[in-house]
Amino acid sequence: MGHAIAFYTLSAFILGFAVMVVTTPDTVHSVLFLVLDFLFVAALYVLLGAQFLAVIQILVYAGGIVVLYLFVVMLVNLKRAPEAHSDPHRHTKIGIGLAAATLVELAVILAYGYARPAPTLAETTTAAMPVVGNTQQVGWLLYTSYLIPFEIASMLLLVAMIGAIVLAKREL
Amino acid sequence: MIDLFVVPLLKILVVLNVTLVCVTYMVLLERKVIAWAQSRLGPMRVGPYGVLQPIADAVKLMIKEDITPTRADKWVFTAAPVISMVPALIVYAVIPFGPEVTLFGRTFTLYIADINVGLLYIVSVASVGVYGIILAGYASNSKFPLLASLRASAQLISYEVAVTLTLVSVILVAGSLSMVEIVRAQEHSHVWFGFIQPLAFGIFFIGGLAETNRAPFDLPEAEQELTGGFHTEYSGMRFALFFLAEYANMIVVSSVATTLFFGGWLRPFPNVAALNFLGIIPSWAWFGIKSFVFLYIFVWVRATLPRYRYDQLMRLGWKVLIPLAIINLVVTGIVKVALM
Amino acid sequence: MEITPTHYQILSAALFIIGVVGVMMRRNLIIIFMSIELILNAVNINLIAYSAQQQNVVGQVFAVFVIAVAAAEAAVGLGIILAFYRNKETVNIDEMNLMRW
Repeated sequence: MGHAIAFYTLSAFILGFAVMVVTTPDTVHSVLFLVLDFLFVAALYVLLGAQFLAVIQILVYAGGIVVLYLFVVMLVNLKRAPEAHSDPHRHTKIGIGLAAATLVELAVILAYGYARPAPTLAETTTAAMPVVGNTQQVGWLLYTSYLIPFEIASMLLLVAMIGAIVLAKREL
Repeated sequence: MIDLFVVPLLKILVVLNVTLVCVTYMVLLERKVIAWAQSRLGPMRVGPYGVLQPIADAVKLMIKEDITPTRADKWVFTAAPVISMVPALIVYAVIPFGPEVTLFGRTFTLYIADINVGLLYIVSVASVGVYGIILAGYASNSKFPLLASLRASAQLISYEVAVTLTLVSVILVAGSLSMVEIVRAQEHSHVWFGFIQPLAFGIFFIGGLAETNRAPFDLPEAEQELTGGFHTEYSGMRFALFFLAEYANMIVVSSVATTLFFGGWLRPFPNVAALNFLGIIPSWAWFGIKSFVFLYIFVWVRATLPRYRYDQLMRLGWKVLIPLAIINLVVTGIVKVALM
Repeated sequence: MEITPTHYQILSAALFIIGVVGVMMRRNLIIIFMSIELILNAVNINLIAYSAQQQNVVGQVFAVFVIAVAAAEAAVGLGIILAFYRNKETVNIDEMNLMRW
């Protein structure tokens, strides 16, 4: 019962703040709503028992990526708002209506289409790992079965770092 | 039911009250120690030897006029000091002050929560604390605070990397992310991690100085520079919150350094029987004494060292501390595998 | 009521659609990027919900990689925004038409 209350409260906050992110005219407020959204998503991860991922979400997403967005918003301090006049070709209300219809369709399909049992998963089950604890298990998988994606991800981050520096410099 | 709600609430009450009292008296400690370092006496009028000075400061700040700049973003302007203060306080949920104590027939653990990712929780909360500074500068709608806040936050996120790398070395040695487990690992190995990992401790302390915007890294908030930094437009209780948030962050860095590197609640030399008279001092008092030593070192450094220029500061963070932290991590890993 | 992974899937679908609406409707490039982050978070919620149900940590490993890729993409994307802003003083996506004939 506590799980249900926590889930519905957190979902309400997550979706509410997501709507605020998308609809607020002021960019800085939008970024702040995004931070709050990520914090509530991290709380949802704790509810699901993924504590390591929850703190990684706060550390990397809320404390790193969104700070980067806030920096760029301040460096790009615009004198006139980008959405000063509305475009007649843009059918906003039809767009929102279509999105709501898609959501209702998805929800119905998910709720009523779940007749078959879940298929069996891959060979890396919990019993095969010699460590206990959430962080330890994620670490074990990252360094044994998924070592190559781990190394490739580090190369990706290195390339992104170099690319961002080159793009943002004034003169090379 | 009682164990789930009442006991943690009581612990939170006690910890918050003690922390806030310590934060206000840090103000007095700093003024006194800097004064003594400069051959003068510091606050002496209010109360005997100036002991009631923080109360006078608090009253002054509370009755000051609360000015909001005209075109400042009202909500963000009000929220920024709160965003600065909250991370400094919620870190205390995972810091262990002692093992267990028995009162009124119940056993209480002297920490509020022992989560299995305690150290990562501390780092992530510290990274959220950057928002208070950025938003303070932005919401003031004024050039100097905006520039100062961008400088300060760039400094903070740079030194965060070095500090996190040193914490990874500590995790390697301790074998766990939980703060209580780290202290118990120091208890089992009979030597504090500060002596196994001196470089990590050095980098952590210097990074902690930079993270809390303390001298010699206090360029973003020095009065002689950018007219007071990101809290220029703040007055009254909001300025007090920033001020207190800085001291609360200092106490957090001292507590974390004590727990990770100097044994937390452990008594020095527990094997030497000749020093058993030190057993009178309870575990949380040892924690307090060690944290107090680090706080004193914070103030001592401020009284002694000149300020770093901004480019020297960033050069130190990126080009000196991060490579040293990485080398420390690699050497720790090699030694740990070699000893297995 | 029992919270099944289907509940988390519906939450994830709703967050995904809000993100897509944000990408389609807004013209400020920074807000479009933030909506993309919402989409990635929706995917993460789905992954971790199933990881919790199957008691298998592989979903969380995948989510770690999604976060790493999101960080890389945010860094490069914001670099592009800054470079473009320096040339044309705007972040309105309707005005980024330098290559249109």
